Amino acid sequence: MAFIRKKRSLLLTCSLAFGFLASCSAPSNVEKAIDEQILHFGLGAEPQHLDPHLATSVAAHNILSALVEGLIGEDPKTLKPVPGVAERWNVSDDKKTYTFYFRKNAKWHNGDPVTAHDFVYSYRRILNPSLGAQYASMLHVLKNAKEFHSGAKTWEKANVGVLAIDDLTLELVLENKTPYFLELLNHYSWFPVHPPTIEKFGAFEQIGTPWTKPGNFVGNGPFSLSGHRINSVIEVQANPHYWDANQTKLSGIRFYPIETSDTEERAFRTGFLHVTQSVSSDRIEYLQSKHPEWIHSEPYLGTYYYRFNVKMPPFDDLRVRKALSLSVNRKLLVEKVLKGGQQPAYCFTPPDTGGFTAKEGYSYNPEEAKVLLASYLKEKGLLTLPPIELNYNTSEAHKKVAEALQAMWKTTLGIEIQLLNMEWKVFLSSISKGDYSLARAGWIGDYVDANTFLHLWRSNDGNNLTGWSNRAYDQSLSLAEQSLTPQERFTHFQKCEDLLAQEIPILPLYFYVHVSLRHPTVQGWYPTLLDHHPYKHVYLEGKITE
Amino acid sequence: MTRFAPGGPFDSDKAIPDEIKIKLQSHFGLNLPLFDQYLLYMKNLLAGDLGPSFKYVGWDVSELISLAFPVSLSLGISALLIALLIGLPAGMLAALRKNTLWDYLPMGIAMVGVCLPSFVLGPILIMVFATELKWLPALGWYSWTDLILPSLTLGLFYAAYVARLTRAGMLETLKQDYIRTARAKGASPSRVILRHAIRGGLLPVVTYLGPAFAGLVSGSFIIESIFFIPGLGKFFVTAAFNRDYTVVLGTVLFYATLIIILNLFVDFLQAWLDPKAREQQ
Repeated sequence: MAFIRKKRSLLLTCSLAFGFLASCSAPSNVEKAIDEQILHFGLGAEPQHLDPHLATSVAAHNILSALVEGLIGEDPKTLKPVPGVAERWNVSDDKKTYTFYFRKNAKWHNGDPVTAHDFVYSYRRILNPSLGAQYASMLHVLKNAKEFHSGAKTWEKANVGVLAIDDLTLELVLENKTPYFLELLNHYSWFPVHPPTIEKFGAFEQIGTPWTKPGNFVGNGPFSLSGHRINSVIEVQANPHYWDANQTKLSGIRFYPIETSDTEERAFRTGFLHVTQSVSSDRIEYLQSKHPEWIHSEPYLGTYYYRFNVKMPPFDDLRVRKALSLSVNRKLLVEKVLKGGQQPAYCFTPPDTGGFTAKEGYSYNPEEAKVLLASYLKEKGLLTLPPIELNYNTSEAHKKVAEALQAMWKTTLGIEIQLLNMEWKVFLSSISKGDYSLARAGWIGDYVDANTFLHLWRSNDGNNLTGWSNRAYDQSLSLAEQSLTPQERFTHFQKCEDLLAQEIPILPLYFYVHVSLRHPTVQGWYPTLLDHHPYKHVYLEGKITE
Repeated sequence: MTRFAPGGPFDSDKAIPDEIKIKLQSHFGLNLPLFDQYLLYMKNLLAGDLGPSFKYVGWDVSELISLAFPVSLSLGISALLIALLIGLPAGMLAALRKNTLWDYLPMGIAMVGVCLPSFVLGPILIMVFATELKWLPALGWYSWTDLILPSLTLGLFYAAYVARLTRAGMLETLKQDYIRTARAKGASPSRVILRHAIRGGLLPVVTYLGPAFAGLVSGSFIIESIFFIPGLGKFFVTAAFNRDYTVVLGTVLFYATLIIILNLFVDFLQAWLDPKAREQQ
């Protein structure tokens, strides 16, 4: 009897274990994706908003560009403007009036046609001062938009340069000639919202209404929102009403807000993800040697730099700033410390930003650095500089850079640098209060034009925070706005770059690259400066190999 | 207290014009004097409203907790089961076979288990069972198989603790007079253990289980990050970093309530197990 019972339990255990293993060795996401055409996308972080007028993050862009389409689209390789909701457009001779002609078959997800009035409604909404949209200033290029946004005038009185000539024609009038205007239109702040949906949830000037939840969200992009579980997954599926639905090959995309790059890498290696958002810096070398087919290091429109507080000694003296700048070996930094394919930055604007490549203004010259510092010390009657605090927000990568510079300054100039790592919000608060002397920073361009970088150092720009202000700089930037030809603009931009290199309120260190893992089956995905990848061109094809 | 940390929920690396910041603050009621905000919060709390999240705009704190708690609860329960299923037998075995291989081996492993942090064990388990053997998913929270590796990682640590506590408890109990009496009366060894020793031997484990269970079901930030699980633990940590005041308060209140309830439950359980405690009451 006991024997039979034992045998039975053994059988049961075996069959359970077998069933368990059979159920476990299911094909991975990546394996299934070839048939299903579902892209599994590492999002990096959970976006704060899915409302295009309130969104503020790269993660939000990655989702919104699937759900909503602006007036124009982007070429998947060059990001040059291609038809979107507007099938064509005209620019007036003075380059200040743009007329967009809408396609008749542009539809919202519920089947409503997309009209010029929807865009007028959308621009009025984001500029409405009561909404408190952080990116509303992107629309300040529109005539009188700033006046309305500041609350000085009502919409009717402000006469903002947005006009629906008829259902399918939209006219936008600009304050100044803005050569990068069409590129701007692919920023989510310019995306339309569906007026009846906004009204239904009372979201015209209300933050955080449930209109962005699945089931409520009505967009006009190639995909519609089908699911959202906080910190787990955001799902979108192909939208049959989209005018270019035939071109869209993916049947859906799943966005996973995985915050740690190690977890992302594990997800990638087990076939859970097609694309990761980042790669841990200490894994880059290994992956490059073992899996060059996975790892991609692509130029990204951003600059990593340090800010000097020019209001505070010793950085109120140009000689000290210059000495520090001249003793930074940027080549060594990118080759030996970062190792991700970053480019050393000898100017602030990344090369070939909208056709503009600045001349190298910053340089490496330790001998001159020593002379400059000696002259400062002599004048102040000092033997050495008092220790300097370098603030950075807690991160292994920032720490590595800070340590490298600490060593360079110590060996060349004998300066003691104290590294002060701070939690993100504490860091932001101390920088914005000017309570720092030297601090790390980074800037990612919002659109492909040098203006997105150089406007930072305008005297009254909220992002300046160095205390540096230069009238000639402000003037050159204004002149760039008025320029007739690209050459003329670039001359003014170069003047700005020269001033930065002469006065050194900042210390550019390197130009960003976007390092990520991407499965070889992901097709139609090209490296672009803004890391934009119009999803309607992406598809999954190829052999799955171990 | 969260308000005294520098920075606020709307600070970001791109400058926000003051008027927009003011607009955002007034939307969430942060422009009121702190005391008024406190009164308002308490008033809403009495009505069961924990307020909206600043970071996850459009979601209420109670909504976030109600989504994340079931995840942490199921993970916590399965981890606890693993802890008990492994820890109790191992501890008892060690106590009964004191100073033999059957004592040293499980206790040695338990020692390693206590020392091995989950951020080491988790990736090792993933490497073996997901990356190499491909038996189990490496991460996520989409099917029941997703439960196995994280609850093992979490459970093994607690199993090690439970094993050591059980061993100590059992050894203490086995020395007691009433066990000797039971043996003298001729009760079989299995009866002595199951009927008499186990109740006393488990007391320290039960005391430990209350807070441990509260800790388990309120989520673990590390496990959730490694396995990408949408549980409560993440909110505890990230809410503080994001200065998401309402989420900080909401999760802390929730955790406190949970601890109180579970400790009460443990007290009752102890009274049931331990006649001495019952008498005192």
